[in-house]
Amino acid sequence: MKALMFGWEFPPHILGGLGTASYGLTRGMWECGDMDITFVIPKPYGDEDRSFAHIIGNSQVPVAWRDVDRDYVDARIGKLMPPDLYFRLRDHIYADFNYMRTNDLGCIEFSGKYPSNLLEEINNYSITAGVIARTLDFDIIHSHDWLTYPAGIHAKQVTGKPLVIHVHATEYDRSRGKPNPTVYGIERDGMIHADHIITVSNLTRQTVIDHYGVDPAKVTTVHNAVVPLSPELLNVENLRQTKEKIVTFLGRITMQKGPEYFVEAAAKVLRNCSNVRFVMAGSGDMMDKMIQLAAERGISDRFHFPGFQKGKQVYEMLKASDVYIMPSVSEPFGISPLEAMQMGVPSIISKQSGCAEILTNVIKTDYWDIDAMADAIHAIITYPALYKQLREDGLKEVAQITWDKAGRKVIDIYNKVLGR
Amino acid sequence: MKAICFNFEIHQPFRLKRYRFFDIGKDHYYFDDFLNEDIVTRVAHNSYIPACETLLRMIEQNEGRFCCSIAVSGLAFEQFEHYVPELLELLDRLHKTGCVEFVAQPFSYGLSSLVDSEEFAAQIAATASILRNRFGIEPKIVRNTELIYFDDIAPQLVELGFKGVLTEGAKHILGWKSPDYVYTAASAPKLKVLMRNRKLSNDIAERFGDTSWPDFPLTADKYIDWIAATPQDEQIINVFLNMETFGDLHPGNTGIFQFLEALPRFAYERGIEFITPSQAVAKIKPVGEISINHPISSAGEESDTSAWLGNSLQNEAFDKLYAQAERVRECSNRALKRDFQYLQACDHFFYMNTRNPGFSPYETPFAAFTNYMNVLADFEMRVKEEFPSQIGNEELNSLLLTIRNQGAEIETLNKELASMRKSVEQYNIEHVKRDELKAKAEPAEKAPKKAKAPKKAVAGKTAAAKKKSEK
Repeated sequence: MKALMFGWEFPPHILGGLGTASYGLTRGMWECGDMDITFVIPKPYGDEDRSFAHIIGNSQVPVAWRDVDRDYVDARIGKLMPPDLYFRLRDHIYADFNYMRTNDLGCIEFSGKYPSNLLEEINNYSITAGVIARTLDFDIIHSHDWLTYPAGIHAKQVTGKPLVIHVHATEYDRSRGKPNPTVYGIERDGMIHADHIITVSNLTRQTVIDHYGVDPAKVTTVHNAVVPLSPELLNVENLRQTKEKIVTFLGRITMQKGPEYFVEAAAKVLRNCSNVRFVMAGSGDMMDKMIQLAAERGISDRFHFPGFQKGKQVYEMLKASDVYIMPSVSEPFGISPLEAMQMGVPSIISKQSGCAEILTNVIKTDYWDIDAMADAIHAIITYPALYKQLREDGLKEVAQITWDKAGRKVIDIYNKVLGR
Repeated sequence: MKAICFNFEIHQPFRLKRYRFFDIGKDHYYFDDFLNEDIVTRVAHNSYIPACETLLRMIEQNEGRFCCSIAVSGLAFEQFEHYVPELLELLDRLHKTGCVEFVAQPFSYGLSSLVDSEEFAAQIAATASILRNRFGIEPKIVRNTELIYFDDIAPQLVELGFKGVLTEGAKHILGWKSPDYVYTAASAPKLKVLMRNRKLSNDIAERFGDTSWPDFPLTADKYIDWIAATPQDEQIINVFLNMETFGDLHPGNTGIFQFLEALPRFAYERGIEFITPSQAVAKIKPVGEISINHPISSAGEESDTSAWLGNSLQNEAFDKLYAQAERVRECSNRALKRDFQYLQACDHFFYMNTRNPGFSPYETPFAAFTNYMNVLADFEMRVKEEFPSQIGNEELNSLLLTIRNQGAEIETLNKELASMRKSVEQYNIEHVKRDELKAKAEPAEKAPKKAKAPKKAVAGKTAAAKKKSEK
């Protein structure tokens, strides 16, 4: 079966959980066999793992005809796209986009991030998707998250192939219930046009049904999974300098992630315990507020903000931690606790996160229950048996949560949609 | 003749309240009175009271021919006193019929038998004293927590005056043997062992209300048929059940009370009698010895202690609790002793079970562990306050050993002292005699010696004075 997937991020250049999940799922589906997947991303860098999927970058898709020869194309974008594909795509330009800002190859430039003109970039993504959809042969369209829903709808309209959308998050999660109407509109449009909707948790499924008015029969949950860590990452150097216990928060410091509850819980723990430090790694629009809050609570000497961590740094941070905490107010899934468990770090997660639905060897609290959170932190750092139990059983548990199982479920959904 | 030996277990733990780590050192009351009252009264009204009333009716209808045994934990007794005294009156009435035997068991329904024989003896004695005070009886049969039993405790049970013990008919112990006989304990032949018939007990306890069970519905007629179908020479069918089985595990509307009530009629029709454990131990001849090296219990397929001590959380909590046992016994603080008993209930450890979590007031085993350890941390602090903190555990043990041995030591020392005194006296007498002789013999020699000493001192002083003047 041939699938055309639209995504926004792909490892190693990722900004959040979306890229990790897209990669894992694609790979998991490929492991199930008999899958030919084309994965479209705005801006590839050439170092992506292409062993299990064809990767097409929107920034290499021509939307305006340019008279270029083969060698020139090869020299310009050869490491990102085979020249043959470029010419095939060029043959399928469906309108004159010369009024747009295009480069020497007739392509639109993409940032591949979340720039301030994000809506424009989403629109451009959809334009290039139209060229791709007209060029390639595929059975089904799969759009990851709202950024690519317009592209999915476009592809469906020009080819008549069924559309599956994958809801990794909703605007309700990101905004704590006060959605941006434009984003909400794009999301709802995608859901209406979709033949089937995949959500990453039952929590998200319920949001889709309740807030977007979608027929429950059209929505299926496929929980995320994790890719086993490479030995290199598992054995990263332990940089810990101190004998004190370390409690770590890793993620964007935004309203959705509930960072203030972590600060408050830390203040409670520090009132009774002295041998512990707290780390809030990441960046985001609430970081300054959190630094101020920590100062107000008088715990700044034990509460640290090392900033955004990427790649190997994330695992070094986990390796040096005794507790991982994710107090998200609303987390569609939340892959990071699974990664912490892979590194053998006991986790505390909020009940309002999707991964709480599938994990047992973690401590779950309500995000607002800072007493419970403080108690859980204290328990893990004070009672070695609890640490050991969570660590060992957590490792066993997370080893069972693999992407091929999730991939199998997605393939089953494809078959159902295609009526096979 | 075949007989059914019924034993009904009644136990309710004191469940802990949500105890946060910031309560440690501040709040010394650990129990959730509202929850405990709620559960105890509910279970009493759904189960214990109607079950006891049913037993009472069975005894009256059969004019004393029906008999059974009941075991009540100390913690349950205490909670009934607070919340459902009418149940205690029912137990009194059951006792007065003379057809119900009360069996001793650990006061806390805890696991002390596994680690601390002294605590175990105290626990059994505490329940025995309740039975003595309430019913004026001296229990002769003992049933350990969850039917836990192993060879090591048998001699102790004999020493405590018990004639028989109830335990699980664990498959891996019995092998080809049948539980439907009386056995003797290998390590203490005086002690008779009654083993639960697992199949026939669980037919009621686990399967009675199970509609997917091929033998559903279970009727008294059918049940007695199964018992009658056991081999002729099997004389005793031990059916040991939790009292909650009736009315709580299987609600009253499943007809379980009527099932129970109908049993004697069908039993007598087929010549099957009922027997109490004491009667069984006295009347039925044991067929052989049974040896159990590792503790067995009624819990789970494994019939071992892994339901309470199967993971590292449980073991940690358990070890930390019993590390306090010695100190608690030595102190005289009543509140501390009470809390120690309440904390020993095996239920607390069962809530930490990660493999097959059963009923628990906690959401997860980790929450159960955290809560318990927080309580224990506060408890430890209180125990420490009773003793000077600089005394380490080992030091304390050696001190305790000294205290315990001091009687014997004082005695030996006294003896030694007495003999020394005698010899000293003798020596003195001899010495006086000798002195007298010496004084007579050498009066001249002593005089010059005395004169020499002062001379030397004088010489020393003059030498020092000389040196000073030279400088």
